[in-house]
Amino acid sequence: MRPLRVSVLGAGPAGLYLSLLLKKAQPAHEITVLERNPADATYGWGVVFSEETLGALRDADQASYLEITDTFARWDAIDIRYRDRTLRSRGHSFSAIARRTLLGITQRRCREVGVRLEFGTEVTDPSTLDGDLVVAADGVNSLIRRAQDKVFGGRITPQGCKYVWYGTDLVFDAFTFLFKETEHGLFQVHGYPFDEDTSTFIVECPRHTWESAGLDKMDEAQSMAFCADLFADELGGHELKSNKSLWLDFPRLVTKHWHSANPDGSRTVLLGDSAHTAHFTIGSGTKLAMEDAIALAAAVDRHTDLGAALVDYELERKPVIDRFQQAAASSADYFERVSRHTGLDPLPFAFNLLTRSGRIGHASLSVRDPSFVRAVDSWFGTAGESTTAVCPPPLFTPFRVGELVLRNRIVQDTPGGGLLLVGTEPVTEDGRRTPSDGLKWTAVLESAQGAAVGLRIGHAGRRGATREPVHGVDVPLPAEQAWPLVAASPIPYGPRSAVPRELDAEGMVRIRDAFVAMARKAVDFDLLELDMAHGFLLGGFLSPLTNKRADCYGGDLDARLRYPLEVLRAVREAWSKPLSVRLSVTDWSARGTTPDEGVAMAHAMAQAGADLIHVAAGQTVPEGMPDYRRGFLTPLADRVRSEAGVPTMVGGYLTTLDEVNTVIAAARADLCVLAPPDREWTTP
Amino acid sequence: MRVGIGLPNTTPGTSGRLIAEWARRADAGPFGTLGVLDRLVYASVEPFSALSAAAAVTERVGLATMIAIGPVRGTAMLAKQAQSVQTLSDGRFTLGVAVGARRDDYEAAGVEHRTRGAVLSEQLAHLRAENADVPILVGGNSGAAFSRMARYADGYAHGGGPARAFASAAAKARAAWHDLGRPGRPKLWGQAYFALGDADLTAKGEAYLLDYYAFTGPFAQTVAAANLTTPRAVKDLVRGYANEGCDELILLPTVSSVDQVDRLAEVLG
Ligand SMILES: Cc1cc2nc3c(=O)[nH]c(=O)nc-3n(C[C@H](O)[C@H](O)[C@H](O)COP(=O)(O)OP(=O)(O)OC[C@H]3O[C@@H](n4cnc5c(N)ncnc54)[C@H](O)[C@@H]3O)c2cc1C
Repeated sequence: MRPLRVSVLGAGPAGLYLSLLLKKAQPAHEITVLERNPADATYGWGVVFSEETLGALRDADQASYLEITDTFARWDAIDIRYRDRTLRSRGHSFSAIARRTLLGITQRRCREVGVRLEFGTEVTDPSTLDGDLVVAADGVNSLIRRAQDKVFGGRITPQGCKYVWYGTDLVFDAFTFLFKETEHGLFQVHGYPFDEDTSTFIVECPRHTWESAGLDKMDEAQSMAFCADLFADELGGHELKSNKSLWLDFPRLVTKHWHSANPDGSRTVLLGDSAHTAHFTIGSGTKLAMEDAIALAAAVDRHTDLGAALVDYELERKPVIDRFQQAAASSADYFERVSRHTGLDPLPFAFNLLTRSGRIGHASLSVRDPSFVRAVDSWFGTAGESTTAVCPPPLFTPFRVGELVLRNRIVQDTPGGGLLLVGTEPVTEDGRRTPSDGLKWTAVLESAQGAAVGLRIGHAGRRGATREPVHGVDVPLPAEQAWPLVAASPIPYGPRSAVPRELDAEGMVRIRDAFVAMARKAVDFDLLELDMAHGFLLGGFLSPLTNKRADCYGGDLDARLRYPLEVLRAVREAWSKPLSVRLSVTDWSARGTTPDEGVAMAHAMAQAGADLIHVAAGQTVPEGMPDYRRGFLTPLADRVRSEAGVPTMVGGYLTTLDEVNTVIAAARADLCVLAPPDREWTTP
Repeated sequence: MRVGIGLPNTTPGTSGRLIAEWARRADAGPFGTLGVLDRLVYASVEPFSALSAAAAVTERVGLATMIAIGPVRGTAMLAKQAQSVQTLSDGRFTLGVAVGARRDDYEAAGVEHRTRGAVLSEQLAHLRAENADVPILVGGNSGAAFSRMARYADGYAHGGGPARAFASAAAKARAAWHDLGRPGRPKLWGQAYFALGDADLTAKGEAYLLDYYAFTGPFAQTVAAANLTTPRAVKDLVRGYANEGCDELILLPTVSSVDQVDRLAEVLG
């Protein structure tokens, strides 16, 4: 790259590190960093790094790497203090450094190589910044980004809990999570050491808890006193310290584009927090900012064309950032709702916490901390009796539902797992989806190879009378082959679908009785599942999108639940073995069923006699907005299991045994439906 | 994985003679499919017309829209066009459809942009009921697009990008497929741009991509930078896509010179 004039706004980790690396690679670059704060003033306390990041820092600049790692606090444990017990997991390799120290080191290195640093310079008009390259390293509220909002397409939304970032002179010897129950709700602390005598101490709680505790009305000193008092036991006489520490919402920032070409031929690029944030509970913001700097400096060095370098930088970093933001979202969501897990025993609670963001699973944790995972496995294998017995991984533990004991936690629609679950078997002729619907029961039962066999029964409702699924589903049969449809309300399912007749009183009795009759007939099966998901007949009653009835079966949630519950109770009376309900716990659609209502429905089903909720979502209407990915239903199953207090079965494209072990051990579900593609396991 | 090649129907200075000769050479080469792009408000040859021309001079190679913007055509017309290419090619056609990325295409067609998703679903339901013998791919990145794909199509048409991006979309496609209870798995198609030749030629390719994607703003530079301009880059991408379970990867030209077919054939060897 030819020598460039570069203006960098912001002397945070991103701006400083980039300037250092650019100047090192090409001393002819003229680089100026503008920072509003004085050189030694900064917010926050310590920041954490992983091993992986350290490798990158070493390769990028040996001198600062040595200084940084020299002052590091290092530890390998995570402590989870919950219900008066501390669980420790090891093998995690953390390092942390005071933000102030990190900035001090990079400032010094910048000066050494000849970067101009101007502190105490607040920029209010970004157009005053000139040069071939303008770098927006000015943090999440980036002035530069906001000045060209159309170009960069940034969106900020609050994420997770209310939080406040304190320091303390208590030196933790682990990454420490503290959970504290109060009359207002649950508070938690994220604490970690970052030098010989200081730790970071972040306190957080959901907004409603924060308001209920009156923290919204307290000033800085009062808030700190409140927190010090709340965690007095854990602090054991040590102090909290404020550094303009106020309660904040974490701003989640996503931007469409990270660079732009200006009319005068210069370029602008976003770096670090000005381009993206990742919730602090995965502790990655500084690392991502510095990795951005490394990638950008390398791209500039590699290319002769500045535009191409910026493209390359964005291409390289975006997918990485996407992954971290996904993990950060799961983690933020976990902590916002962690109070629902307070029913869990400490071991599954801890395992759930450690695997919250999806970046660590059962297998990878076994590598880091085999004895911790052995304890979890043992806890599962002995139903909480022992943490030392030698036990197989959680998926191979039996699961008891009513009188039925499943030999493992895998559910499939072909033989091989603990439960062979087939269906949906239509309870009436007009409840078929396709003309060929209807199973050969004897053949299914004979094929089970010792597994328990479950039968799902249902009525297709307005999704009936469609073609075989080879070339698509919900494609109606030609009129002459179709049969009349019934549904909660006379609204057709999809394009070209026939208009169903509103199910009348007589029809409701007929279909309820058909469910009961089929339950009676299914005596040879071990488990029965009622299909109330995906907008079929019973699911259609549950959703406000599809149930517009004026009688007592339509209206609020209780009314919409009425008929499905009548069917459930009638079947329950006729069927004494385990009974499962497949339920769409959200419609993924505006004005449709929300997860909160889904949890309420699951609770109602359990009250009416369901032993198990098979968690599904969507398909109530064809134009929903599902969020498909690996394990897309797991968070919903977790909510149902912990908030409705009922065992759950979950699919959602789980394809590996490790995913299943992780879901089961974290108590997010009790049974997992394994999707076919990567079926690579065998029974032990 | 099969590798296909794009027809130059949107590259500058294309002609009937070029398209015919291109198709002939592709038919004789190692390519699985000839793909075309669709853009109303851009100097280009309409995709079904381009494929019809190709159908007339080829025997073997598959023909596909990657993708056609469904809603800018009336449903019956779309079905007619698809069926026509299927007939002209004796059953070698695959219809890729999506809602497209450009609002001005909708304005030019006099079609509402807001309802494009619902209209595409209607078109798919129609095609599935009336044109059962045309294989269908659906493209798009939203959750709605994936469920539309899994509900009505035979597979997924990915819009391009590094193999990682394809892999992530493929997982979503498989998840949607499984969720909707479809047997087997979705066909997965990918695409990427290439220009093989000297610096002059690759510069032309880049200029075309910057122009073609100008409406996306800075993203145009991203697409242009990803253009595969060396045999090595082509091979790496092909290997990356194959590893992620791609069934057919269409390499789209960025310049209108027929030697691109031979150069690509040589690289794929
Ligand atoms: C509670 C909390 C805990 C965190 N914990 C961790 C952790 O453990 N590990 C980790 O890696 N990350 C952590 N982070 C994230 C981390 O702090 C940021 O991601 C990181 O600082 C981003 O660096 P940056 O250089 O992009 O921006 P910043 O550090 O925000 O720097 C921006 C700089 O620009 C200056 N500036 C802004 N506007 C102007 C202007 N108009 N004129 C002049 N100067 C201006 C600011 O003063 C500031 O110095 C945490 C964040 C929070 C909130």
